[in-house]
Formats: sequence, C-alpha cells, structure tokens
Amino acid sequence: MQINKIKKDMTEILSDVFDGATIMVGGFGEAGSPIELLHGLIDKGTKDLTIIANNSGNGKVGLGALIGQRQVKKVICSFARSAKGVTFPELYNKGEIELEVVPQGTLAERIRAAGSGIPGFYTATGVGTPLAKGKEEKIFNGKKYILEQALKADFAFVKAETADRYGNLTYNKTARNFNPIMCMAADISLVQVKNILEPSEINPEHVITPGIFVQSLINIENPIIETNAIEEGMTYP
Amino acid sequence: MTNINTKDLIKGWDRNTIASKIANDLPHSSYVNLGIGMPELVSQYIKEDREIIYHSENGLLGMGPSPNENEIDLDLINAGKKPVSILPGGSFCHHADSFSMIRGGHIDYCILGAMEISVTGDLANWSTGKGIPAVGGAMDLVAGAKNVFVMTQHLTREGKPKLVQKCTLPLTGAGVVSRIYSDYAVLDITDDGFKVIQLNEDITIEYLQSVTDGNIYQ
Repeated sequence: MQINKIKKDMTEILSDVFDGATIMVGGFGEAGSPIELLHGLIDKGTKDLTIIANNSGNGKVGLGALIGQRQVKKVICSFARSAKGVTFPELYNKGEIELEVVPQGTLAERIRAAGSGIPGFYTATGVGTPLAKGKEEKIFNGKKYILEQALKADFAFVKAETADRYGNLTYNKTARNFNPIMCMAADISLVQVKNILEPSEINPEHVITPGIFVQSLINIENPIIETNAIEEGMTYP
Repeated sequence: MTNINTKDLIKGWDRNTIASKIANDLPHSSYVNLGIGMPELVSQYIKEDREIIYHSENGLLGMGPSPNENEIDLDLINAGKKPVSILPGGSFCHHADSFSMIRGGHIDYCILGAMEISVTGDLANWSTGKGIPAVGGAMDLVAGAKNVFVMTQHLTREGKPKLVQKCTLPLTGAGVVSRIYSDYAVLDITDDGFKVIQLNEDITIEYLQSVTDGNIYQ
C-alpha cells in the first residue's frame, strides 16, 4: 500500500477539526491564505477557535468571513489593522473577540521554535516596550533580552502551489511566508494546493516543506483571489 | 516647550530631498529594509555608483519596483501588501528566515517613520495608544537592523516636536535609533544629545533648538 495524503473532499480533510481548536492560518495578507479551507470551516460550523495568523482578515472572505461568523474567540497576530478589514474591527470594538499582539518576527520565531522542539528563546525584539510586560528579562553580553515561548497549534491551514501525495510542498513567491513554519508547528497540517504532481515530478532540491510536516492535502485548482473577490462584493457564506 | 503656531513654521526640505540625503548615505552593497510610506522614496535616489539590495520582511530579498498593471502577481507583494517585482539575483524565503535576516543582524540599514524619537534613541512609531493595536515587524526591525535611520517631519501636524526628551507614546524600541533625517536637519543620537550633522540652509541652530525638546549641539 502506498502513502497517500490526498483527501477526496473538504468534509474529509476537515473531519478532525474540533470546537475550541487552535489553528494556525498561513498567508501574509492574501498571499498564501488558505481561503477554501477557511470556507470549509464555515460550512462545518466549528466554533470557539483561536486563530494564529499574521493578519485578521479582509472583507468577508476567508479569515474575515470566519471571524464574521463569530467562530473565532481569539486572534494571535502581528497586524490586526488591515486596510480592508471589516469583521475583526467590528467585533474587537464591541469587546467580542480577544487579541494578542505579537511582533511579526517574534511570531514567526515562536512558531518555528514550536516546530523545532524548542520551548522558548530570548530576543531583543520588544525590550523596553509594552509588549515586554510580564516577560522574563535576561542580560547576555551586556544586552537585555526577553524570553518568548514557543507557539504551537492543533492544526495548520496552509496554501501551497504544488504537492505530491507524500505532502512535499512548493510555494509561489511571497505566498510562502508563514506557511512552511506553520506546517512544522501544528500537530496536524491541512494543505490546499493548486497542483498535485507525481512524486517523481517535483525536484527534491526544490521541495520547501518536506512531507513529514504535512498530514493532509486537498486539491483546489482555482482558488479564490481575495482582492478580486472583495472588489466583486463577494461574501461567504 | 510650548506649541508653535504652524503658520509661522519655516518650510524645510521636501520629502524627496530628505530621501535623496538618505540615499547618499547608504553605502554600496548594503542590505536595506525600507519602511512602508515615505521611506520607500529612498530607492528612487540611489546613484549609479552603487548597488543596494532591498529586503521585504514577508520573505523577499532583492525587491524591485512596482510592476506594470499587466505584470501584477498578487503572490508577489511587499510588506505593505502592495504588488512589487523581484530583481535578477533576488530570492524568496519563509518568514522565520526573513526575520533571521533582521534579528541576526544581517540587515545593514532599516529606514522608517516616527511619531516620537527621544534624545536617547527611543522610538515610538507603532501606536497612538488608541484603536486596534497592530505592530507588524517594526519592533523586530528596530531591535535587529545594524543601523536604524528615521525619516520624519521635524514637527507633528499640530506643530509639536517629534524629537523629545522622553517619548510619551508606547515605544517600538528603546535606544535603537542611530540617525534622524528630518525636514530641518540630519541628526545623530549621541550621549550628549541630538548632534547636528547637517542643518537646513534656511534655518538657524537656535531655531532648530526652539522646535526640539532635547539638547541640540553641533
């Protein structure tokens, strides 16, 4: 029997996702954002989610839509003030969604650390700022650092360009962003991918995420393009 | 320090002039991160005697200018989420590697805007204390880049000094700024205060001191 991580439909790939789960959502703005997986979660109705992402969604598409459906109780992100953000600001201003602000590089490194079995690390980022509050300080070679802890998740929702049935992934340009490290940091990584190729068709030198970090794949050949969807007034569901 | 009537203010260098001064100070073969907004202008004033490589913290080294309308790829964007291009010799990486370039001290210069800069080099530029708090990569950049240059108007729109004894807004980093390029002067942060490296030809040192809340010297 062959290893095959490709699932047949959205219901199957999302079958293990549970209420109260912590989910990492890849993407930087719309580049690399797994919109179809997020819409699948809206259809499934999973609630009380904690979302770890760089942003908090645009319009009422993808993450913006999931937040708009009140399925998210908390967002951990670096920049929750997107130009086209509507649903997060509305709930935040009403005190109906929690926010933890993390500097972008610290967010990336906390995720990378979790995926690498490193429980915490010291960084100069944030020293002397309000975001250092409550964090252990330590001096190395005369310079002050703060302790940041690894950030893990039950699931990662990721968008990739190509995959094979082993879960080896490549990405497209800056759509790579948080996706590879989120695959590493989550117990279960669910990947929507534009093209599925035969294992022999991906050059091993070009694999960005080795299959060991990926559990499930779904083929989404023509993903929604967020900018166009918002311009066209699309909302989900 | 009293507020100054904005009508009485001397007009300083325009933003293009400030950008060209910064461009002149970036050495050949520097790796540079330009903040969103005004600092992006700097790339337009790099002279032909040098090559500069631009880093965008969302995983792009070797960033090029905005593409033509027909060449836009929404998977190729900058940290401001605007479509950009990649130059020959450029590369992509994931977010942790991109911020290792910053945190690991590999980025030579970071140029960004400011709300307040203190005499000891503290920078406040991410939060007015109101609205949704959103920091992005600013704290990582100021803590990690080898040199942090600030590009700013000398005064706020209300005519208040941005160069202050002590910042009142939430800090982005403490003791991180090395040099300030304002419309009135180029100043270094030193143990003795703001040291004037270049003064706008239309203003005097006394005037500069009167619009700065912190010791100025030449």
